[in-house]
Amino acid sequence: MSRFLTRRRFLIGSTLGASAFTLAGCDVLDQNPDVTKVIHSAEKLTMKAQRLLQGRDALAREFSEADISPSFRVNGTSAPDSEEYAELVEGKFASWQLKIDGLVDRPLQISLADIRKLSARTQITRHDCVEGWSAIGKWTGVPLGTLLKAVGLRPTARFAVFHCADELEKTLDGSGRYYESIDLIDAFHPQTILAYQLNGQDLGVGHGAPLRLRVERQLGYKQAKYIMRIEIVDDFTGLWGGNGGFWEDRGYEWYAGI
Amino acid sequence: MNEHASDNDVRYSRTIFIRRHSLVARLTHWLNALCLSFLLLSGLQIFNAHPELYWGHYGADGDPAILTIGSEGRAGGTLGFVRVAGVEFETTGVLGVSEIDGQATARAFPAWATIPSFQDLAAGRRWHFFFAWLFVLNGLLYFGFSVISGHLKRDLAPKVEELSPRHLWHEIIDHARLRFPEGEKAKRYNALQKLTYLAVIGVLLPLMVVTGLTMSPGIDAVFPWLVDVFGGRQSARTIHFITASLLVLFVIIHIAMVVLSGTWNNIRSMITGRYAVKETGSNS
Repeated sequence: MSRFLTRRRFLIGSTLGASAFTLAGCDVLDQNPDVTKVIHSAEKLTMKAQRLLQGRDALAREFSEADISPSFRVNGTSAPDSEEYAELVEGKFASWQLKIDGLVDRPLQISLADIRKLSARTQITRHDCVEGWSAIGKWTGVPLGTLLKAVGLRPTARFAVFHCADELEKTLDGSGRYYESIDLIDAFHPQTILAYQLNGQDLGVGHGAPLRLRVERQLGYKQAKYIMRIEIVDDFTGLWGGNGGFWEDRGYEWYAGI
Repeated sequence: MNEHASDNDVRYSRTIFIRRHSLVARLTHWLNALCLSFLLLSGLQIFNAHPELYWGHYGADGDPAILTIGSEGRAGGTLGFVRVAGVEFETTGVLGVSEIDGQATARAFPAWATIPSFQDLAAGRRWHFFFAWLFVLNGLLYFGFSVISGHLKRDLAPKVEELSPRHLWHEIIDHARLRFPEGEKAKRYNALQKLTYLAVIGVLLPLMVVTGLTMSPGIDAVFPWLVDVFGGRQSARTIHFITASLLVLFVIIHIAMVVLSGTWNNIRSMITGRYAVKETGSNS
C-alpha cells in the first residue's frame, strides 16, 4: 500500500512538474521568432481556404429587424480626442470630406452630403468582435465599389487603406493612429459599404461618425471607424508597423475571417 | 495437501505480447494529444478576452449571459466568481481572480492554464488556429485510415450483443469495481470503451471543429445554414466551450483508466504497439 502511494505521489508530482515545465516552455516558444513564423503560417492557409470556399461574392448572412441587438456595444475608440475632430462634430461634419487618393486615376474629395446622394445599400448583419462577442445592427451606406469605380484604379492597385481620425494608443510618433486595409476582393464585395447610418439613425460618434467601414466577412477590428481618407496602394509595408492595420501591427492577423 | 497432487491441474499464466495499436493509430493519437493540449490552453486564453457565454445570434456586455467568470471589489479584497444561470460561486484564487507574481489579478482562467501565460489574445489566436489546422489534418488522416484499414469496423464498432442492457450493466459494474478484462477479453476494447471512443471521435471532436468554424464570419458566408444549426454564433461559442469541457472530462477519465488498468502496459502499447496480455489456463 505504501509503495502504491509513493508511486502515485511520484506520478502526480512528475505530471505537475512536467506541466509546469511545459507551460514555462510555451512562453519561451511564444517568443521564439522561428516558432512564431511557423505558427503564423496558419493565417495564409486559413485565408486561402476561406477564399477558395467563398469565391468572390458569397454574402455574409443578413438578419431581420427582429434580430437586431437591443444595444450595440461601442468598442475601441468611443470619441477621437483631437481638436480637429471636435470641430467636425460641432459642425455636424458639414466641412468633412472623404479623400480618396493613391493609385487612382482621378483622386476625389467628397462631402458627406454628396455621399448620401449616391445609391445606398442597407444590410442587417452581425458584427463579430475578435474578443468573442457579437452584436447585430442595421447599416446603411454607399458600396465602396461605387466610389472606387468613380476614381478609377490603376493596374498596380492591390489594397485599400483606411486612415482614421482616432488615435487608439497615444504615442509620440503617431503610430497609435487607427488604420486598416483590405484587398480588392473585399473592397468590391457587394456588402462592403462605407456606412453613415446605424439602425436608421445617423452614425453616432461612438460608432465612428461620419463614416465607418463594413467588411462583413471579417471580424470587428477590420471595420474601421472615423474614416478620413482612403489610400489605394500596391503594398502597405511602408505604413506604420507595416502589417496593414493598427491591430495587425500589434500581432493580430491581417486576414480576420476567423 | 500433497504438493504433487495438483500438478496435473495447475493453473498456469504466461504473458504474451499482442500488437494492440497500429502505427497510424499511435502517431495520430499522440499528435491529437499534442493538438488538444495546445488548443485547450490557447482556447482558454481566447475565452479570457471575453469571459462570458451567451445563447443565440448575438451577445455582448449587457446582454443576458449563461456563464460569466468575473471579479468584483469587496471590502476584503477582490473576489473571483463564476456565475452559471444566475447562481454565483466564489472561485477566488483560480477563476476570476488569481495570482500573477504574487499579485491578485483579475483574470478569468489563471496564468497556468493559458498560452501564453500572460494576457495576449493575438498570440492565443495564432496558437489556436495553427493547432486547429494540425488537428483537422490529423483527424482526417485518422478517419481515412480507420475506414480503409477496417479499424473502425473491427475494433471500434460494438457488436450487437455488446449493446444489450444486461451486458452494458455488467461492464459498468466491473468498471466500478475496477475489475478490468483479462486474457482473451483484454485483447479487444470492451463495449464501454468502444462507445466512449466513438462518442469522442465521432461526436465531440467533430463538434469542436464545426462549432469553431461557425464562429468564423468568413465560413458563415460560405455555409450560412451552419449558424442556424447551432441557433446562432453565440450559441456555437457556448457549445464549443461545453464540448471542450466534456473533452477535458474524457481525458481525466481516460488517464485514470490508463493508470488503473496498467499504466506502463497501456502507455507502451500506445508507443510501441506491444501490449502484454496474461493468458491463464488450466492443464487439465
